[in-house]
Amino acid sequence: MSVDQNTVRHIARLARIAVRDDELSALAGELNSILDWVEQLGEVDTNGVEPMTSAVAVTMKMRDDVVTSGNLQKEVTENAPGSEDGFYVVPRVVE
Amino acid sequence: MTDLTKLTLAGARDALKKKEFTSLELTDAYLGAIEAATPLNTYVTVTADQAREMAKASDLKLGKGQGGALEGLPLGIKDLFATKGVLTTACSHILDGFKPPYESQVTQNLWHDGAVMLGKLNNDEFAMGSSNETSFYGPVVNPWRRNGDTTKIVPGGSSGGSSAAVAAKLCLAATATDTGGSIRQPAAFTGTVGIKPTYGRCSRWGVVAFASSLDQAGPIARDVRDAAIMLRSMAGYDDKDSTSVDRPVPDYEASLGQSLKGLRVGIPKEYRVDGMPAEIDALWTRGIEWLKAAGAEIVDVSLPHTKYALPTYYIVAPAECSSNLARYDGVRYGLRVPGKDITDMYEKTRAAGFGTEVRRRVLIGTYVLSAGYYDAYYLKAQQVRTLIARDFTEAYAKCDVLLTPTAPSAAFGIGEKTADPLSMYLNDVFTVTVNLAGLPGISVPAGLSSDGLPLGLQLIGKTFDEETLFRVAYALEEAAQFKAEPAVWWRS
Repeated sequence: MSVDQNTVRHIARLARIAVRDDELSALAGELNSILDWVEQLGEVDTNGVEPMTSAVAVTMKMRDDVVTSGNLQKEVTENAPGSEDGFYVVPRVVE
Repeated sequence: MTDLTKLTLAGARDALKKKEFTSLELTDAYLGAIEAATPLNTYVTVTADQAREMAKASDLKLGKGQGGALEGLPLGIKDLFATKGVLTTACSHILDGFKPPYESQVTQNLWHDGAVMLGKLNNDEFAMGSSNETSFYGPVVNPWRRNGDTTKIVPGGSSGGSSAAVAAKLCLAATATDTGGSIRQPAAFTGTVGIKPTYGRCSRWGVVAFASSLDQAGPIARDVRDAAIMLRSMAGYDDKDSTSVDRPVPDYEASLGQSLKGLRVGIPKEYRVDGMPAEIDALWTRGIEWLKAAGAEIVDVSLPHTKYALPTYYIVAPAECSSNLARYDGVRYGLRVPGKDITDMYEKTRAAGFGTEVRRRVLIGTYVLSAGYYDAYYLKAQQVRTLIARDFTEAYAKCDVLLTPTAPSAAFGIGEKTADPLSMYLNDVFTVTVNLAGLPGISVPAGLSSDGLPLGLQLIGKTFDEETLFRVAYALEEAAQFKAEPAVWWRS
């Protein structure tokens, strides 16, 4: 599998990263060299092998369903680009 | 007074208890050393006032004969750890101005035990790199130089600020993180000790996420004892991280000095890679002889899927990073570059905010997870990962611990490998398998290269068997007697 400049443009769009047209060729080259290199995994027989889902076998713990934190309006809005009356103000993100 | 920064963490701990000096004096000695070491670019933020306040509070406790395991001991914190009210950017432009309103659990544990924060340490942007050259704040310079040569050398990465600061005595010890070798390789490049514990040993809560199934925190320290003291304080269960493991944290320091009689040390033949420098091979052989002399039995083992570890990693890690870094969109915090509509704003913000290596990995990750490619890349990689972990399980039927080199070479010059991403990735060939299998690994300084740079040996343990790692690491350290130090050229 090999990526061309159109594919790079498409991936960059999916990743929401603006890429200039004059960068596409170099990026395609870099991505292809990495993808060619990982291609060697094709040699490995993985028939019937379970994909790893957890590096260490653990049973997920359940915690009590109680409120442990809250009333943090000031802390929550501290990094907000804008805030009004304790609300977080952001650009419109849903059209 | 003698230079207080020469003491190890254990030495300073014992001296503070005996009231030979105060934590404030010790902290001031470090703040002075940091101020005089700007050419190394190790700290991105120095929290001098906060450090002095913490030291004064520790001195009150120490005066009353109280205090925790790290009371009054000044540490450096990798910028990947969220520190309440203190700039935390993971050394990325996209997190400009971000001051977390919360503290990471690992650093919280350290402050609970009385440690003093000197500041935040430089690292590769979002911990993506093996040389600390991808930081938005510029590269860190290794305090070590080649013999008779002033070329600037990399300190390893991604925890390059941590390794360089410990080697240059700009903190007693430092926190670090390791996703593919980011604790152990920088430790090897700077003559320091670094341990990546078992996945789940330290909480990841409040650690800026890179690849969540691989990331793990650990310390970089001057010697094995200091690393043992640090890890005991950093580790522990945290109900805010569902992958942290609820089991008691042992007193790792108690493992040091215990006999290696009857211990089986495995030597994986696949780690003797093509083109490995003769001096790395010789170092490895010396390590084998040292452990044999200390009473261990040497066993040949095979880890047949070793060569597939790096390609597996470069699917899994970018895939997870592209998902984790989706949150940086310019909407809620950090950098925002305005655009004509919301998509334009996202795209411009992320283009300006991410450096070239981060962008490369986000694009690779997006591609391997995109429709039609998921099975061929990500699923396949996770299957190979199962086989890599199985290799270790089978090897551990024959041995208790593995000995390997930490890195395939000594540290290289700044700029020598940046043009070719693949050659940079190959740095992690001996360390990355450990992350994929979730195992603990430690790097111990074991000698110098022909041009005078430090070299490390790595020990790989069984899941949650950090105690054996510390025991064997201490024996290696005793045998190696690595006493070399970098000449101090950076002091202004």
